[in-house]
Amino acid sequence: MEMPQPDQQVIAKKASLIAALHEVLPQDAVISDPMETRAYECDALTAYRCPPMLAVLPSSTEEVSDVLRICHAQGVPVVPRGAGTSLAGGALPTADCVILGVARMNDVLETDYDNRIIRVQTGRTNLSVTGAVEDEGFFYAPDPSSQLACAIAGNIAMNSGGAHCLKYGVTTNNLLGVTMVMMDGRVVEIGGAHLDSGGLDLLGVICGSEGQLGVVTEATLRILHKPEGARPVLIGFDSNEVAGACVSDIIKSGILPVAIEFMDRPCIRACEAFAKAGYPDCEALLIVEVEGSAAEIDDQLSRIIAIAKAHNPVELREARDADQAGRIWLGRKSAFGAMGQINDYMCLDGTIPVSTLPEVLRRIGDLSKEYGLEVANVFHAGDGNMHPLILFNANQEGQLETCEALGAEILKLCVEVGGCLTGEHGVGIEKRDLMLHQYSAQDLEAQLRVKDVFDPKWLLNPAKVFPLSVTAARRQPF
Amino acid sequence: MITPKDESELATAVAEAQGPLRISGGDSRGLTGTGAQLSVAGLSGVSLYEPGALTMVAAAGTPVAEITAMLETERQQLAFEPADLRGLLGRGGAPTIGGAFATNSSGPRRVQAGAARDFLLGVRFVDGRGEILKNGGRVMKNVTGYDLVKLMAGAHGTLGVMSEVSFKVLPRAEFTGTLVWNDLDWAESLSVFQGAMNSPFDVTGAARLPGANGTSKTLVRLEGFETSVLYRLGQLQSRMPATPVDKLVTDAGESDALWKAVRDVAPFHDKAGAVWRSSVKPSDMLRVVDQVSGEHLLDWAGGLIWSMVDPAVDLRAALASVGGHSTLVRPGAGQDDVPRFEPQPAPLAALAAGLRAQFDPRGILNPGLMG
Ligand SMILES: Cc1cc2nc3c(=O)[nH]c(=O)nc-3n(C[C@H](O)[C@H](O)[C@H](O)COP(=O)(O)OP(=O)(O)OC[C@H]3O[C@@H](n4cnc5c(N)ncnc54)[C@H](O)[C@@H]3O)c2cc1C
Repeated sequence: MEMPQPDQQVIAKKASLIAALHEVLPQDAVISDPMETRAYECDALTAYRCPPMLAVLPSSTEEVSDVLRICHAQGVPVVPRGAGTSLAGGALPTADCVILGVARMNDVLETDYDNRIIRVQTGRTNLSVTGAVEDEGFFYAPDPSSQLACAIAGNIAMNSGGAHCLKYGVTTNNLLGVTMVMMDGRVVEIGGAHLDSGGLDLLGVICGSEGQLGVVTEATLRILHKPEGARPVLIGFDSNEVAGACVSDIIKSGILPVAIEFMDRPCIRACEAFAKAGYPDCEALLIVEVEGSAAEIDDQLSRIIAIAKAHNPVELREARDADQAGRIWLGRKSAFGAMGQINDYMCLDGTIPVSTLPEVLRRIGDLSKEYGLEVANVFHAGDGNMHPLILFNANQEGQLETCEALGAEILKLCVEVGGCLTGEHGVGIEKRDLMLHQYSAQDLEAQLRVKDVFDPKWLLNPAKVFPLSVTAARRQPF
Repeated sequence: MITPKDESELATAVAEAQGPLRISGGDSRGLTGTGAQLSVAGLSGVSLYEPGALTMVAAAGTPVAEITAMLETERQQLAFEPADLRGLLGRGGAPTIGGAFATNSSGPRRVQAGAARDFLLGVRFVDGRGEILKNGGRVMKNVTGYDLVKLMAGAHGTLGVMSEVSFKVLPRAEFTGTLVWNDLDWAESLSVFQGAMNSPFDVTGAARLPGANGTSKTLVRLEGFETSVLYRLGQLQSRMPATPVDKLVTDAGESDALWKAVRDVAPFHDKAGAVWRSSVKPSDMLRVVDQVSGEHLLDWAGGLIWSMVDPAVDLRAALASVGGHSTLVRPGAGQDDVPRFEPQPAPLAALAAGLRAQFDPRGILNPGLMG
């Protein structure tokens, strides 16, 4: 993956920049020692690394504003960073950039149960937002699998989702307001505790903008009361087609499950070997979870089971209690760990129309043979968000490149059948060069114009999201 | 009136426009400003409907009624309940799906299912240069590039003229139950809303309809399978011992009529007065009804307030300290110069102006409508 050449004129300013930053930040919030800046050399896309010129760790919106004003004046690129769990390289530095980490900003600023909102600093981790309100019976709905580590900052930047977003939506559907610092240091407040913010939907375009429009320092999030309970059913099929048809029928029936997860045979086998959850050895597994009171859950599960039975499942296992529910989820939840155990893997994130599921799985199988790398599929079937996991060996010469080439083919396939390159992980650097497969040059130009408005000098995370060739003219040093 | 028949004619019409355009769908809301009327009503028809994937793609000028009828055949619906404001505004025309999204029109189910903008998955539109652009797609999860889809929803045509929209639909509930309380005071209504929303029972509507002579109905809606709805209705009531329910509506037609009345602001039809729509923090509703004299209809558990007031009342000034924002939906006499949309703080207004300059450099798309 190509990154722009570092700007030597910017690097030459390092000493004066450090001096200016020390005037507005505490001593320990400016990190310039090359041993220490290495801690920021990559995010969870670890194949690509580059230590930044500097890293700063501000503790307040005012400090973020001071940092950005200084960097703006000196023409220094800034890469915002939450917890660094991006799988797309969204937080990957360049050698001439300042990493602006919000990890020290993790306070809860306000909880308001009467209005069902929480306001937090964005360095707070996703899970600890729920942690702050669960004693009162509330939760924050978007639940990326990385929720123990990832920050609300990154969730907003990537518009992250999770297993339960089939019912509750992704980040953008649960975000009511932000405090954001623009690249020139100006602080803007957008939205708030009311449900619809006024004027143009700036909040909508900021969410998912991958740190390119501003640094989000505070967020107002919608919290919901927890359901009375939740339980899954596990359904095995001997063909992907039939499993796909079953998903469609469940969705059409009027039941709205909170999650419909799908695993194919390679994934089932790997998870079983790793977690010993007792999964059947079959072609496709569905885990369907519903919520409500005990009686409501029984009723919904029995409807789902009736639908499944019409498709002749090879296995049907209904969770009767929390323990059985835990066992059903065990394998699915350890999918990534299981893959990591066997091999290096690359996790893709395309979305496809649910109706094309069998065709896409078949063609991924063909591509897998063609490239000689195994692919295991696990995904959020209710909304067509696929996570093909390509297994490869990073120590073997050329395998990373083969893996990336296969990944690109799979994502192009997603676009070809009417889907998109990324459902929840974001473009970052990983899918940057595929953007012209999904959008025309004019479509991309319209997006670049949005950045022109928010960050006219193109200093915020400039080398991400769009093909470098498309943004070259805008990224020229000023 | 300019009436393109397809997207490329639409693009030509915008590119060749010599002055301001007033963009309309079914023209059911009426237009403000000057300029030639550009109607997208000629771009009509559903091009894709996949009930099993809960998605539909339609030309922007497709009447909402046509879409609703098609969804009905599969027991599905537009869950965000776009309003039909013809009665309120005293207008004809047929509301279109493009208009519903352009105005981000969201009814009672906003509190649970989301707003129109949350259901819009993809758009094709013509910008102010006359260029055809697209963003988003037809799948439910999509973070590929910037979300211009959200930007187009609620932009009231000022950033581009939508030609095609793809959106998410949902199953229609098998059973609906509505709890009704008569003549509560405002604080009691608010506490009913809070009790309902802060429960695990998946409330899909919390509203208050004003009636004649100061009477009112406070409403809470539950939807789903019959046994489940009945169970939750019981649970909710037992949690509110201080405010016993006056009526439990389980007849589908009766429930439907109540929620349509909320959605379409029926109590203010055929009555004189300016009508404002304020979006506030729900608990601030008490301050609004206290500070603004007039009639008020509440939706979104108090977070959305429709107020019918004397046109001489400056509602925005009265609510200056409350937060949120107010839209003048039906101006009264002498209110031609009152901005329809709440003027925004300078930094946000600058961003909005910047976006307009990018998407509509000649300033011809509904100029002045949103500021
Ligand atoms: C094991 C694993 C499982 C995962 N599972 C999921 C999943 O289920 N669903 C899902 O959606 N994602 C998942 N992810 C991806 C990742 O966790 C999310 O993208 C997450 O939201 C990133 O948050 P972060 O705080 O780590 O952001 P970072 O990685 O630090 O940054 C991500 C992006 O956000 C920008 N950014 C960071 N802070 C700010 C700020 N304050 N203002 C503006 N921009 C900012 C960065 O510049 C970068 O572009 C997973 C990752 C891993 C490693």
